[in-house]
Amino acid sequence: MALCEGIMEIVEEEARRRSFSKVRTVCVEIGALSHVDAEAMKFCFPVVAVRTIADGAVLEIVELPGVAWCMACSRSVEIAQRYAPCPCCGSYKLQVTAGEKMRLKELEID
Amino acid sequence: MDCGTDPAGLRVVGMSSDRIIQVGRDILSKNNRIAAENRARFVADDLVVYNLLSSPGAGKTSLLVRALSELKRKIPVGVIEGDQQTSNDAERIRATGVPAVQINTGKGCHLDAAMVGQAYRLLPPLNGGILFIENVGNLVCPAAFDLGEACKIVVFSTTEGEDKPLKYPDIFAASSLMLINKIDLAPMVDFDLNRTIEFVTRVSPNIEVLPVSARTGEGFGALYGWLQKQPAHRRHLVEDTTG
Repeated sequence: MALCEGIMEIVEEEARRRSFSKVRTVCVEIGALSHVDAEAMKFCFPVVAVRTIADGAVLEIVELPGVAWCMACSRSVEIAQRYAPCPCCGSYKLQVTAGEKMRLKELEID
Repeated sequence: MDCGTDPAGLRVVGMSSDRIIQVGRDILSKNNRIAAENRARFVADDLVVYNLLSSPGAGKTSLLVRALSELKRKIPVGVIEGDQQTSNDAERIRATGVPAVQINTGKGCHLDAAMVGQAYRLLPPLNGGILFIENVGNLVCPAAFDLGEACKIVVFSTTEGEDKPLKYPDIFAASSLMLINKIDLAPMVDFDLNRTIEFVTRVSPNIEVLPVSARTGEGFGALYGWLQKQPAHRRHLVEDTTG
Protein backbone atom coordinates (compact mmCIF):
# COMPACT_ATOMS: atom_id res chain seq x y z
CA MET A 1 0.00 0.00 0.00
CA ALA A 2 2.79 2.41 0.97
CA LEU A 3 4.57 1.50 -2.26
CA CYS A 4 1.46 2.29 -4.32
CA GLU A 5 1.29 5.63 -2.54
CA GLY A 6 4.95 6.09 -3.50
CA ILE A 7 4.04 5.43 -7.14
CA MET A 8 1.22 7.98 -6.99
CA GLU A 9 3.52 10.62 -5.46
CA ILE A 10 5.92 10.23 -8.37
CA VAL A 11 3.04 10.28 -10.90
CA GLU A 12 1.64 13.51 -9.40
CA GLU A 13 5.09 15.12 -9.36
CA GLU A 14 5.66 14.21 -13.01
CA ALA A 15 2.21 15.57 -13.85
CA ARG A 16 3.04 18.94 -12.30
CA ARG A 17 6.48 19.05 -13.93
CA ARG A 18 5.38 18.01 -17.41
CA SER A 19 1.80 19.33 -17.21
CA PHE A 20 -0.49 16.44 -18.04
CA SER A 21 -3.75 15.65 -16.27
CA LYS A 22 -4.75 12.08 -17.08
CA VAL A 23 -2.79 8.85 -16.89
CA ARG A 24 -3.94 5.75 -18.80
CA THR A 25 -1.17 3.27 -17.98
CA VAL A 26 1.44 3.16 -15.27
CA CYS A 27 4.34 0.85 -16.04
CA VAL A 28 6.57 -0.30 -13.19
CA GLU A 29 9.57 -2.61 -13.10
CA ILE A 30 9.76 -4.94 -10.14
CA GLY A 31 12.90 -6.95 -9.48
CA ALA A 32 12.37 -10.62 -8.59
CA LEU A 33 14.32 -10.04 -5.36
CA SER A 34 12.62 -6.77 -4.39
CA HIS A 35 10.38 -6.57 -1.37
CA VAL A 36 7.08 -6.42 -3.18
CA ASP A 37 4.50 -8.93 -4.29
CA ALA A 38 3.23 -8.02 -7.76
CA GLU A 39 -0.28 -9.38 -7.09
CA ALA A 40 -0.61 -7.33 -3.89
CA MET A 41 0.49 -4.24 -5.77
CA LYS A 42 -2.08 -4.85 -8.54
CA PHE A 43 -4.74 -5.15 -5.84
CA CYS A 44 -3.73 -1.99 -3.97
CA PHE A 45 -3.03 0.32 -6.89
CA PRO A 46 -6.64 0.98 -8.06
CA VAL A 47 -7.61 1.78 -4.46
CA VAL A 48 -4.81 4.30 -4.02
CA ALA A 49 -5.47 5.81 -7.47
CA VAL A 50 -9.14 6.63 -6.81
CA ARG A 51 -9.87 10.35 -7.38
CA THR A 52 -6.33 11.03 -8.64
CA ILE A 53 -5.14 11.67 -12.19
CA ALA A 54 -4.53 7.93 -12.46
CA ASP A 55 -8.08 6.92 -11.49
CA GLY A 56 -8.92 3.86 -13.60
CA ALA A 57 -5.39 3.59 -15.01
CA VAL A 58 -3.91 0.19 -15.82
CA LEU A 59 -0.93 -0.88 -13.75
CA GLU A 60 1.53 -2.80 -15.90
CA ILE A 61 4.17 -4.75 -14.02
CA VAL A 62 7.36 -5.84 -15.74
CA GLU A 63 9.18 -8.40 -13.63
CA LEU A 64 12.97 -8.30 -13.88
CA PRO A 65 15.11 -11.32 -13.03
CA GLY A 66 17.32 -11.51 -9.98
CA VAL A 67 21.02 -11.58 -10.78
CA ALA A 68 23.85 -12.48 -8.44
CA TRP A 69 27.61 -12.85 -8.57
CA CYS A 70 28.67 -16.36 -7.57
CA MET A 71 31.89 -16.14 -5.58
CA ALA A 72 32.60 -19.83 -6.16
CA CYS A 73 32.36 -19.81 -9.98
CA SER A 74 33.30 -16.12 -10.38
CA ARG A 75 30.48 -15.32 -12.73
CA SER A 76 27.07 -13.71 -12.92
CA VAL A 77 24.07 -16.06 -12.55
CA GLU A 78 20.30 -15.65 -12.57
CA ILE A 79 18.44 -16.57 -9.36
CA ALA A 80 14.71 -16.67 -8.65
CA GLN A 81 14.91 -16.21 -4.89
CA ARG A 82 17.31 -14.73 -2.43
CA TYR A 83 18.08 -18.05 -0.74
CA ALA A 84 18.51 -19.95 -3.99
CA PRO A 85 21.89 -21.60 -4.55
CA CYS A 86 24.01 -20.92 -7.62
CA PRO A 87 22.36 -22.84 -10.51
CA CYS A 88 25.81 -23.89 -11.77
CA CYS A 89 27.75 -25.01 -8.70
CA GLY A 90 25.16 -25.09 -5.87
CA SER A 91 27.09 -22.64 -3.67
CA TYR A 92 25.21 -20.21 -1.43
CA LYS A 93 28.02 -17.65 -1.52
CA LEU A 94 26.20 -15.25 -3.82
CA GLN A 95 26.23 -11.47 -3.90
CA VAL A 96 23.02 -10.08 -5.38
CA THR A 97 23.80 -7.56 -8.15
CA ALA A 98 20.42 -6.86 -9.79
CA GLY A 99 16.71 -7.48 -9.35
CA GLU A 100 16.28 -5.66 -6.04
CA LYS A 101 14.83 -2.42 -7.41
CA MET A 102 11.29 -1.15 -7.83
CA ARG A 103 11.12 1.51 -10.54
CA LEU A 104 8.38 3.56 -12.15
CA LYS A 105 9.45 3.06 -15.77
CA GLU A 106 7.00 5.00 -17.91
CA LEU A 107 3.51 6.49 -18.12
CA GLU A 108 0.99 6.51 -20.93
CA ILE A 109 -0.92 9.74 -20.73
CA ASP A 110 -3.81 11.55 -22.40
CA MET B 1 3.42 23.20 -38.86
CA ASP B 2 4.57 23.14 -35.27
CA CYS B 3 2.63 21.17 -32.66
CA GLY B 4 4.61 22.66 -29.80
CA THR B 5 6.36 20.84 -27.01
CA ASP B 6 4.64 17.67 -25.88
CA PRO B 7 4.58 16.45 -22.28
CA ALA B 8 7.67 14.37 -22.88
CA GLY B 9 9.54 17.56 -23.72
CA LEU B 10 9.93 16.50 -27.36
CA ARG B 11 9.14 18.59 -30.39
CA VAL B 12 7.79 16.58 -33.31
CA VAL B 13 6.79 18.50 -36.39
CA GLY B 14 3.59 17.42 -38.09
CA MET B 15 2.55 14.62 -35.79
CA SER B 16 1.46 14.10 -32.21
CA SER B 17 3.69 12.18 -29.87
CA ASP B 18 2.90 8.63 -28.85
CA ARG B 19 1.91 9.80 -25.35
CA ILE B 20 4.41 7.61 -23.60
CA ILE B 21 6.69 9.41 -21.21
CA GLN B 22 9.78 7.90 -19.69
CA VAL B 23 10.12 8.30 -15.94
CA GLY B 24 12.69 5.80 -14.68
CA ARG B 25 12.48 6.70 -11.00
CA ASP B 26 12.84 4.44 -7.99
CA ILE B 27 9.47 4.00 -6.24
CA LEU B 28 11.20 4.48 -2.91
CA SER B 29 13.04 7.61 -4.10
CA LYS B 30 11.17 9.99 -1.79
CA ASN B 31 11.86 7.85 1.29
CA ASN B 32 15.47 7.38 0.18
CA ARG B 33 15.95 11.14 -0.18
CA ILE B 34 14.64 11.82 3.34
CA ALA B 35 16.73 8.92 4.68
CA ALA B 36 19.82 10.54 3.16
CA GLU B 37 18.93 13.80 4.93
CA ASN B 38 18.52 11.92 8.23
CA ARG B 39 21.87 10.18 7.70
CA ALA B 40 23.64 13.49 7.06
CA ARG B 41 22.07 14.89 10.24
CA PHE B 42 23.14 11.86 12.30
CA VAL B 43 26.70 12.08 10.99
CA ALA B 44 26.79 15.82 11.74
CA ASP B 45 25.62 15.06 15.28
CA ASP B 46 28.31 12.36 15.63
CA LEU B 47 25.65 9.76 16.31
CA VAL B 48 25.61 6.05 15.44
CA VAL B 49 22.09 4.89 14.55
CA TYR B 50 20.87 1.29 14.54
CA ASN B 51 17.57 0.15 13.04
CA LEU B 52 16.29 -2.85 15.05
CA LEU B 53 14.01 -5.28 13.23
CA SER B 54 12.22 -8.47 14.28
CA SER B 55 8.91 -10.26 14.38
CA PRO B 56 6.58 -9.19 17.20
CA GLY B 57 7.69 -10.78 20.45
CA ALA B 58 11.31 -11.61 19.59
CA GLY B 59 12.43 -9.40 22.47
CA LYS B 60 13.67 -6.14 20.91
CA THR B 61 12.46 -3.99 23.79
CA SER B 62 13.77 -6.36 26.50
CA LEU B 63 17.17 -6.42 24.78
CA LEU B 64 17.20 -2.64 24.63
CA VAL B 65 16.17 -2.24 28.27
CA ARG B 66 19.11 -4.39 29.39
CA ALA B 67 21.65 -2.84 27.01
CA LEU B 68 20.60 0.75 27.71
CA SER B 69 20.96 0.36 31.48
CA GLU B 70 24.64 -0.42 30.76
CA LEU B 71 25.32 1.91 27.82
CA LYS B 72 23.77 5.02 29.41
CA ARG B 73 26.53 5.07 32.03
CA LYS B 74 29.16 5.59 29.32
CA ILE B 75 27.61 7.55 26.46
CA PRO B 76 24.43 9.43 25.50
CA VAL B 77 21.75 7.01 24.27
CA GLY B 78 18.21 7.50 22.96
CA VAL B 79 15.45 5.42 21.43
CA ILE B 80 12.78 5.94 18.79
CA GLU B 81 10.02 3.35 19.25
CA GLY B 82 7.69 2.29 16.45
CA ASP B 83 4.44 0.43 17.13
CA GLN B 84 1.02 0.45 15.55
CA GLN B 85 -0.59 1.44 18.84
CA THR B 86 0.24 2.28 22.49
CA SER B 87 3.25 3.96 24.07
CA ASN B 88 4.00 0.93 26.30
CA ASP B 89 7.42 0.31 24.78
CA ALA B 90 8.56 3.94 25.08
CA GLU B 91 7.45 3.86 28.73
CA ARG B 92 9.55 0.73 29.34
CA ILE B 93 12.57 2.50 27.83
CA ARG B 94 11.97 5.71 29.81
CA ALA B 95 11.84 3.64 33.02
CA THR B 96 15.59 3.01 32.46
CA GLY B 97 16.17 6.79 32.46
CA VAL B 98 16.88 6.90 28.71
CA PRO B 99 14.91 9.37 26.53
CA ALA B 100 12.46 7.72 24.13
CA VAL B 101 9.98 8.98 21.53
CA GLN B 102 7.07 6.76 20.53
CA ILE B 103 5.79 6.75 16.95
CA ASN B 104 2.38 5.17 16.40
CA THR B 105 2.03 4.12 12.80
CA GLY B 106 -1.70 3.37 13.09
CA LYS B 107 -2.42 1.00 10.22
CA GLY B 108 1.15 1.29 8.90
CA CYS B 109 3.36 -1.78 9.13
CA HIS B 110 6.78 -0.04 9.12
CA LEU B 111 8.56 3.18 10.02
CA ASP B 112 9.59 5.50 7.19
CA ALA B 113 12.36 8.07 7.01
CA ALA B 114 10.02 11.07 7.44
CA MET B 115 8.60 9.68 10.70
CA VAL B 116 12.10 9.14 12.07
CA GLY B 117 13.23 12.64 11.02
CA GLN B 118 10.33 14.16 12.95
CA ALA B 119 10.79 11.96 16.02
CA TYR B 120 14.51 12.77 16.15
CA ARG B 121 13.74 16.46 16.59
CA LEU B 122 11.84 15.59 19.79
CA LEU B 123 14.84 13.90 21.43
CA PRO B 124 17.41 15.77 23.54
CA PRO B 125 20.91 16.12 21.96
CA LEU B 126 22.68 12.74 21.83
CA ASN B 127 25.93 13.93 20.21
CA GLY B 128 28.66 11.32 20.39
CA GLY B 129 26.23 8.59 21.39
CA ILE B 130 23.92 5.92 20.02
CA LEU B 131 20.34 6.15 18.78
CA PHE B 132 18.38 2.91 18.55
CA ILE B 133 15.31 2.84 16.32
CA GLU B 134 13.02 -0.01 17.28
CA ASN B 135 11.00 -0.69 14.14
CA VAL B 136 7.44 -2.07 14.06
CA GLY B 137 7.50 -5.84 14.73
CA ASN B 138 7.34 -7.14 11.15
CA LEU B 139 9.81 -9.11 9.05
CA VAL B 140 8.56 -7.92 5.66
CA CYS B 141 8.08 -4.22 4.90
CA PRO B 142 10.70 -2.61 7.20
CA ALA B 143 13.41 -4.24 5.05
CA ALA B 144 12.60 -1.90 2.16
CA PHE B 145 12.53 1.41 4.04
CA ASP B 146 15.87 3.08 4.74
CA LEU B 147 15.59 5.33 7.79
CA GLY B 148 19.08 6.85 7.60
CA GLU B 149 20.60 4.31 10.01
CA ALA B 150 24.25 3.22 10.05
CA CYS B 151 23.06 -0.38 9.79
CA LYS B 152 20.19 -2.75 10.49
CA ILE B 153 20.20 -5.30 13.30
CA VAL B 154 17.72 -8.18 13.09
CA VAL B 155 16.59 -9.81 16.32
CA PHE B 156 15.57 -13.43 15.97
CA SER B 157 14.59 -15.67 18.89
CA THR B 158 15.14 -19.36 19.54
CA THR B 159 11.39 -20.00 19.75
CA GLU B 160 10.79 -18.93 16.15
CA GLY B 161 12.15 -21.89 14.18
CA GLU B 162 15.54 -22.18 12.50
CA ASP B 163 14.25 -21.66 8.96
CA LYS B 164 12.88 -18.14 9.50
CA PRO B 165 15.77 -16.57 7.55
CA LEU B 166 14.66 -18.63 4.53
CA LYS B 167 11.00 -17.67 4.99
CA TYR B 168 11.69 -13.92 5.29
CA PRO B 169 15.01 -13.53 3.45
CA ASP B 170 14.85 -9.80 2.68
CA ILE B 171 15.16 -8.63 6.27
CA PHE B 172 18.13 -10.92 6.97
CA ALA B 173 19.84 -9.91 3.72
CA ALA B 174 19.46 -6.24 4.65
CA SER B 175 20.91 -6.64 8.17
CA SER B 176 24.55 -6.47 9.27
CA LEU B 177 24.03 -8.29 12.58
CA MET B 178 21.63 -11.01 13.71
CA LEU B 179 21.04 -11.32 17.44
CA ILE B 180 19.66 -14.71 18.45
CA ASN B 181 17.68 -13.85 21.58
CA LYS B 182 16.25 -16.21 24.23
CA ILE B 183 19.34 -18.42 23.90
CA ASP B 184 18.70 -19.54 27.50
CA LEU B 185 15.57 -21.30 26.17
CA ALA B 186 17.48 -23.18 23.45
CA PRO B 187 17.59 -26.57 25.26
CA MET B 188 13.84 -26.38 26.05
CA VAL B 189 12.83 -25.82 22.44
CA ASP B 190 15.46 -28.06 20.76
CA PHE B 191 16.94 -25.04 19.04
CA ASP B 192 19.72 -25.84 16.57
CA LEU B 193 22.18 -22.93 16.41
CA ASN B 194 24.36 -24.35 13.63
CA ARG B 195 21.37 -24.97 11.40
CA THR B 196 20.17 -21.38 11.93
CA ILE B 197 23.59 -20.02 11.04
CA GLU B 198 23.68 -22.20 7.93
CA PHE B 199 20.28 -20.88 6.81
CA VAL B 200 20.99 -17.22 7.52
CA THR B 201 24.32 -17.26 5.70
CA ARG B 202 22.55 -18.64 2.63
CA VAL B 203 20.50 -15.46 2.34
CA SER B 204 23.11 -13.12 3.80
CA PRO B 205 26.68 -14.46 3.43
CA ASN B 206 28.35 -11.62 5.37
CA ILE B 207 25.96 -11.28 8.33
CA GLU B 208 27.45 -11.51 11.83
CA VAL B 209 25.61 -13.65 14.40
CA LEU B 210 25.57 -13.25 18.20
CA PRO B 211 23.50 -15.45 20.55
CA VAL B 212 22.17 -13.45 23.53
CA SER B 213 19.62 -13.63 26.31
CA ALA B 214 17.87 -10.45 27.38
CA ARG B 215 16.70 -12.33 30.48
CA THR B 216 20.06 -13.62 31.77
CA GLY B 217 22.47 -11.18 30.10
CA GLU B 218 24.31 -13.98 28.31
CA GLY B 219 26.16 -12.73 25.23
CA PHE B 220 25.80 -9.02 26.05
CA GLY B 221 29.58 -8.68 26.43
CA ALA B 222 29.95 -9.73 22.80
CA LEU B 223 27.16 -7.34 21.80
CA TYR B 224 28.90 -4.38 23.49
CA GLY B 225 32.10 -5.50 21.76
CA TRP B 226 30.31 -5.47 18.41
CA LEU B 227 28.88 -2.00 19.03
CA GLN B 228 32.32 -0.80 20.04
CA LYS B 229 34.02 -1.94 16.85
CA GLN B 230 31.60 -0.18 14.52
CA PRO B 231 33.71 2.32 12.58
CA ALA B 232 32.03 5.56 13.55
CA HIS B 233 31.83 4.34 17.09
CA ARG B 234 35.50 3.82 17.88
CA ARG B 235 35.89 6.92 19.97
CA HIS B 236 33.20 5.91 22.43
CA LEU B 237 34.45 2.85 24.19
CA VAL B 238 31.99 0.74 26.07
CA GLU B 239 33.38 -1.43 28.78
CA ASP B 240 32.71 -5.09 28.51
CA THR B 241 31.15 -5.68 31.89
CA THR B 242 28.73 -8.53 31.40
CA GLY B 243 29.14 -11.82 29.72
